[in-house]
Amino acid sequence: MAKIYVNGDVQEVNLPLNVSELIKQQDVQQPEMVSVQVNEEFAEREDWESIQLKEDDKVDFLYFMGGGSELRIKS
Amino acid sequence: MIDFTEEQIQRYSRHILLQDVGVEGQEKIMNARVLVVGAGGLGAPVSLYLAAAGIGTIGIVDADVVDLSNLQRQVIHFTKDVGVPKVKSAEEKIKAINPDVKVDTYYEFLDSSNALDIINEYDFVVDGTDNFPVKFLINDACVMAGKPFSHGGILRFNGQTFTHLPGTACYRCMFKEPPPAGAVPTCSQAGVLGAIAGMLGTIQAAETLKYFTGIGDLLTNRLLTFDAKTMQFRTVPVKHRDSCAICGSHPTIDHLIDYEQAACDLKHN
Repeated sequence: MAKIYVNGDVQEVNLPLNVSELIKQQDVQQPEMVSVQVNEEFAEREDWESIQLKEDDKVDFLYFMGGGSELRIKS
Repeated sequence: MIDFTEEQIQRYSRHILLQDVGVEGQEKIMNARVLVVGAGGLGAPVSLYLAAAGIGTIGIVDADVVDLSNLQRQVIHFTKDVGVPKVKSAEEKIKAINPDVKVDTYYEFLDSSNALDIINEYDFVVDGTDNFPVKFLINDACVMAGKPFSHGGILRFNGQTFTHLPGTACYRCMFKEPPPAGAVPTCSQAGVLGAIAGMLGTIQAAETLKYFTGIGDLLTNRLLTFDAKTMQFRTVPVKHRDSCAICGSHPTIDHLIDYEQAACDLKHN
């Protein structure tokens, strides 16, 4: 087990673990609506599978947020 | 130097009393020109507080008319305003709060054809828009024009905001490009607790006033996020990205882009 920090909260995870796998584990609802930072560096989407996390890594999920637009229903 | 009238000294006395603001700071506020893009959930509290603070000129861009479903959070619009252009409704309230404020209204969409011309008229831009194409447009136009801006986003019970100054992290440093059309918040999950708009918009208004008065530390190179369900606030450090397509050392974007809006966001109201 290793500890990493996800959005500031410490978590115990099993290594090896890449960013894509972490996203699945975290049950991120819409990965396409997330931007990821690892140790305060932007992680390119195409690199998510190749970035192996290690002890004490800090991962932040930044979510796309609009402006609380109207409850728009798909027509 | 502005000669304050007795009335102005009284009106702005709680600013002037603040050591960090004083008469000088209030004068800076009164000389300021701010563009608020979107007279909706965020633009409403932003405009109300900036008007009350005595911002010299407030420009408002919005192509919509007030809808009944707006009133749950867009507190600058009243029931009697349903059907009225939002810019007109907002202008009326701003004038009612503070007749000293000059209001410029733009009853149109902000797009690649007008963004730079409009933004260039102002010292600071507040993004109060509800969609990603315009958020990227505002970011790119402000970076190109060297203008500072406040970004704001809200969703359900969450909000996020940061302030950009030339040279600090921009929206593209954090989010690179708009989410794929169609992925945008699953429509059934959209919606927002009305007061969240007030929380976030008020932070944006405070950042605007801090910018003009030079008080404290702006939300640069960090993204403030909060979850109103737990009332946990967090600032995530973000860096200016050298490979950023608009503000990096070798920018690849040399013109403004009108992105397609996601399918479920197209149907307005």
